[in-house]
Amino acid sequence: MLLIPCPYCGPRPEIEFAYGGEAHVVRAADPRQVDDAGWTEFLYFRNNPRGDHAERWRHAFGCGRFFNVKRNTYTDQIEASYRIGETRP
Amino acid sequence: MQRYSALALLKQTLQNHKGWQPQWRDPEPKRAYDAIIIGGGGHGLGAAYYLARKHGIRNVAVLEKGWIGGGNTGRNTTIIRSNYLFDESAALYDHALDLWEGLSQELNYNVMFSQRGVLMIAHNVHDEQSFKRHVYSNRLNGVDNAWLTPEQAKAFCPPLNIAPGMRHAVTGAALQRRAGTARHDAVAWGYARAADALGVDIIQNCEVTGIDRDASGRVTGVQTTRGAIASRKVGVSAAGSTSLVMEMAGLRMPLESYPLQALVSEPLKPIFPCVVMSNTIHAYISQSDKGELVIGAGTDAYVSYSQRGALHIATHTLEAICELFPIFRRMRMMRNWGGIVDVTPDRSPILGKTPVPGLYVNCGWGTGGFKATPGAADLFAHTIARDDPHPINAPFNLERFGAGRLIDEAAAAAVAH
Repeated sequence: MLLIPCPYCGPRPEIEFAYGGEAHVVRAADPRQVDDAGWTEFLYFRNNPRGDHAERWRHAFGCGRFFNVKRNTYTDQIEASYRIGETRP
Repeated sequence: MQRYSALALLKQTLQNHKGWQPQWRDPEPKRAYDAIIIGGGGHGLGAAYYLARKHGIRNVAVLEKGWIGGGNTGRNTTIIRSNYLFDESAALYDHALDLWEGLSQELNYNVMFSQRGVLMIAHNVHDEQSFKRHVYSNRLNGVDNAWLTPEQAKAFCPPLNIAPGMRHAVTGAALQRRAGTARHDAVAWGYARAADALGVDIIQNCEVTGIDRDASGRVTGVQTTRGAIASRKVGVSAAGSTSLVMEMAGLRMPLESYPLQALVSEPLKPIFPCVVMSNTIHAYISQSDKGELVIGAGTDAYVSYSQRGALHIATHTLEAICELFPIFRRMRMMRNWGGIVDVTPDRSPILGKTPVPGLYVNCGWGTGGFKATPGAADLFAHTIARDDPHPINAPFNLERFGAGRLIDEAAAAAVAH
């Protein structure tokens, strides 16, 4: 089980959290300008690296807030957690 | 190939078993092959076997970075069934089931295929509606599946607890009698031995580090930890590592890799006659011929390549097992492990050509690849040999996401992910 550092509440066990998928996936500002390839990428394609991965978590059984985590997907070590809107470390 | 039979066993017994030969060679990689398969699991070894036997392409190498059958082939819970909802999936998984039925004879290798039946337990109205819909859809597709009352389910599987006081009471079950289990290691070994006998080189401890392409973009070979190997056809059958291998050819895949866990108990006398799955409280269980209870747990919530899962996931499954089968409450678990499963957005596999000429992919089986092993291998070999998919695997192409022709089997995949 991961020990996840919530930027608002501090380190808490993983069972308090819900995983929110890859972070920094941005919906186009003007959807009418997005072609089929762009929509396919936005809807279905995600980074699946063996190594550093930026991902969203929500402290579902705590403060309830979303935040981002940088985790190594091979070692499962969490390298950083940061608030939504902050730049990726 | 040294054929196995009762007579061969008797002959070897008289010679103190000193005449058994290795089941496959350990060759050095050649400079070039007609086809290369990346990944020596059941799917990859099977594809090499069918390329050699059905399509006459015998100059084939299977490249495996570890040892054959050491990935998900050796880590799954060996369940085989074909009761999927949609026409495309029913055809795909039933094709595999057809091949399973003759596999031991075909390979001259006992894969211990046992059609002991798979019982999928319903716990609420939603389960009943969903399972009955599957039963009716399966019947229309000629796939056997039947609805049982709780009493009928208990008659089929006596250890099952159907007491009304349970937190998640059993309200019925869907039973596929033709489904069952097989010995997973034997599937990899049987295909390896049969493929080797037809001339296929099985090269272990050989990790692919790059995919070579010419100016037109066509595949020309691979770079490996044991040198460069040329080939105009490369099939990727690398399960959880598919995204990483495809990236070597500059292709992004609609896949995410998650750890999936399983565990086995201490061995018991025969007690458990079938396979039982519960999607809702999330457990699946069967008993191996060695006597261990084989228990499947869930995936972790997050992308990971760690090949081990979190303990709370296994705990959750064991809680469900203890409620469904109170008889097992004092059992001790012996081993617990994880494998990395590659999951697509629609929970259906990708099996076909890619935008890179000469590069083929068989991936995205998520938590349910073992059951499809012979079918997927056969269809993958067909696709590679003809450079054109078979009608059964044609719908499982990479383009379906952009085209919006998804095959959404999220409800049929037993593991919630």
